[in-house]
Amino acid sequence: MSGGTPKTLCSSGQRSLQEICHPLSAEDSSVLTPSPDVGTAAATGSIGEKDLSLPNGTPVDTSSPASSSSLLNRLQLDDDLDGETRDLFVTVDDPRKHVSTMETYITYRVSTKTTRAEFDLPEYSVRRRYQDFDWLRIKLEESQPTHLIPPLPEKFVMKGVVDRFSEEFVETRRKALDKFLKRVADHPVLSFNEHFSVFLSAKDLNAYKKQGLALLTKMGESVKYVTGGYKLRGRPVEFAAMGEYLDVFTQKLGTIDRIAQRIIKEQSEYLVELKEYGPVYSSWASFEAELQEPLEGVAGCVANCCSALEELTEEMCEDFLPVLREYVLYIESMKNVLKKRDQVQAEYETKLEAVAFRKEERSGVSPQMPTDVEKCQDRMECFNADLKADWDRWQNNKRQDFRQLLTGMADKNIQYYEKCLAAWESLIPLLQDKQENGKPETN
Amino acid sequence: MKVHVVVKMKRKRVKDRDVCGTTLLKTMEINVAEAEKRTGKNAVNMLETYTVYLIETRPVDTVSEGISPTPDSLWRRYSEFEILRNYLLVTYPFVVVPPLPEKRAEFVWHKLSADNMDPDFVERRRVGLENFLLRVASHTALSNDKIFFTFLTEENGWKEIVFETGFQAKADSRLKALNATFRVKNPDKRFAEMKHYGDELQSVISQLLRVRARVADRLYGVYKVHGNYGRVFSEWSAIEKEMGDGLQSAGHHMDAYAASVDDILEEEEHYADQLKEYLFYMDSLKAVCRKHELTQFELEMAAQDLSSKKQQREELATGTVRTFSLKGMTSKLFGQETPEQREAKMKVLEEQIQEGEEEVKEKNSECDEFVNNAWCDIERFKDQKDHDLKEALISYAIMQISMCKKGIQVWSNAKECFNKM
Repeated sequence: MSGGTPKTLCSSGQRSLQEICHPLSAEDSSVLTPSPDVGTAAATGSIGEKDLSLPNGTPVDTSSPASSSSLLNRLQLDDDLDGETRDLFVTVDDPRKHVSTMETYITYRVSTKTTRAEFDLPEYSVRRRYQDFDWLRIKLEESQPTHLIPPLPEKFVMKGVVDRFSEEFVETRRKALDKFLKRVADHPVLSFNEHFSVFLSAKDLNAYKKQGLALLTKMGESVKYVTGGYKLRGRPVEFAAMGEYLDVFTQKLGTIDRIAQRIIKEQSEYLVELKEYGPVYSSWASFEAELQEPLEGVAGCVANCCSALEELTEEMCEDFLPVLREYVLYIESMKNVLKKRDQVQAEYETKLEAVAFRKEERSGVSPQMPTDVEKCQDRMECFNADLKADWDRWQNNKRQDFRQLLTGMADKNIQYYEKCLAAWESLIPLLQDKQENGKPETN
Repeated sequence: MKVHVVVKMKRKRVKDRDVCGTTLLKTMEINVAEAEKRTGKNAVNMLETYTVYLIETRPVDTVSEGISPTPDSLWRRYSEFEILRNYLLVTYPFVVVPPLPEKRAEFVWHKLSADNMDPDFVERRRVGLENFLLRVASHTALSNDKIFFTFLTEENGWKEIVFETGFQAKADSRLKALNATFRVKNPDKRFAEMKHYGDELQSVISQLLRVRARVADRLYGVYKVHGNYGRVFSEWSAIEKEMGDGLQSAGHHMDAYAASVDDILEEEEHYADQLKEYLFYMDSLKAVCRKHELTQFELEMAAQDLSSKKQQREELATGTVRTFSLKGMTSKLFGQETPEQREAKMKVLEEQIQEGEEEVKEKNSECDEFVNNAWCDIERFKDQKDHDLKEALISYAIMQISMCKKGIQVWSNAKECFNKM
């Protein structure tokens, strides 16, 4: 295997992507090949000049949405995550039950405040049900396949015991839906997605959904990244690392979930015994004289500790576990995105190799690279760029989310102990006072 | 006589608060300092392992003067304490005699060993035996007993001395009497109420100890599972960059949290022991009430006997037969007795009546004396019980407070680590 001139190709064995150079890129290495629709190909060029037609973020009608989003990434000079430059605020609240002859379901109010130009009004308030969120997510995945789409809370309730309309369930779901929309709104690319805008603003979403089919063909948003079964030669180190990280992380999250569940179970069993423990002091008090008050006092303290424990367990169930599970879902969808990326790379490599092989057979060098291969390379590079940017963002968000989650868990435990402490501390002066002013000694 | 129990970690001290009445504790300091394992041949010539306890005594004057000479000491095993106690029960039936620590570990939550050889059990027993001696030594009547004094001061030969008192025989008859059923016509209501109280207290403390053991079991589980967080946080931190340190340190705090439950529950055993003491005390209390019933019954029997003898005399004197008797029948059938026979009978009856009246008088004063002494001791006991149990509840509350504070500390530490993630 020679490490020599890029144009010579040996027919043997596997080669890494780096070794198979783009026949056109003799000098330049990291050239972004503009999409075919946007002007003529050039080795270099300032993208800004080419893309005068792009307004402040609206996706361009191109045949390759991926490349347009990567263009957008380059337009945006900094990530507006700190909220200072945020111009879109979304909230999910006010769950309401709707009863019809056909079905019963819950809707949530989705409120939007924005200064973005593509919105007609500065404020919106619409009602959406879970189905609508699910639709939105699917649309985002389809139209932005190179990005990490945040997860939704689980669609189906597995355990038959859980009441779909209970306050706790609805509240847990509402929080998750709110988180979902906020994550989309904070994303520099996803937040400009047309489906998202419509979701936030349309009075009649169902009409738009039906229309979507027509739009689909118009915008050419057919799923382009169907797995073609191409073989991947070598995954770039950073993406391999991502995959490994996600594997281990999922494992750890699973373990934490199990531990949290176990703790909840142990706490529940502890509570059962405590609930029996307190009343024994009460029944003892019933046939005592001097000791009656102290014993009742102890019974009261134990009862207070019981309710504090109940609150703690409830909160862990409602706030802690759902967030963990959300992340597991998030990671699953991320792994799928990584797989897609691998496929895109594999497709490119295979096609490139085929072209190079064909070139070898002819005695000359074709002046032009088939657009097909160009497109593939473009797709791959955009994918990689999007993914890297999203990955960093995701890592950051993950860090914040888990910091919040775990400090929240610590807080709940601290509050539990503080409540118990207050109960027992209030008992002491009562007991000690009686002790000092006790009955005079008798012989 | 009131005793003031100051509850400290692992050692209870019974101190004299009252000035009236001499007790041994005023002049002598008593400790059960150590426990040791011994092996020896028992009564059936088999090798056995048992534990002995070191009793140390020292005159109080020397201690207060600042001089601390080596205490006198001897070794005793649990069975010898039992003998002493049985002797006291028999000799002072009007006293609510302090109980010994339990023979076998009961109301155990599953992590705690039920093995008599377990060092924790032995240690708690040592404390319990010391407590027993201190209670006896602070009781006006019991502490002045010679046998008790010898128990504390003479290792060898004590057993012979105590058996010489012949208390064994009395102990057997006492047990029989306690278990016998008899109906008393006019018991002192206070004693009946006390006996009832004893039953109720035994029942409720047993229940309390059972539930507490289950609570302890569950609490153990909750704390220990948190230790798993320690491990998983550590593993997770290995794949993180900025989050790693915070996670790792938080994990250490979770480990500390899990480990802290052992001390918490060990301290709580002390509370359980305080409850157990009063659970066992109820047997003594009920025995005193029972003894009253017995003396009252004997008095009533004697009075009844006397009354029937007097009736017989009357019948003999007046010749009227009020009650059906075989004599009456036979005299009807076979004729009346001769005057001589009747006079002889009368004489016997008069003697018996004389004896009977003495007997009743004696029994009466016995009964009264017992009632006075016993009720006095019961009142003393009631005050002691109220005081001690209140102290126990206070110390329990303090334990809970300490546990809560530790919990807050650990979770605050963990929170700090999470914040640094």
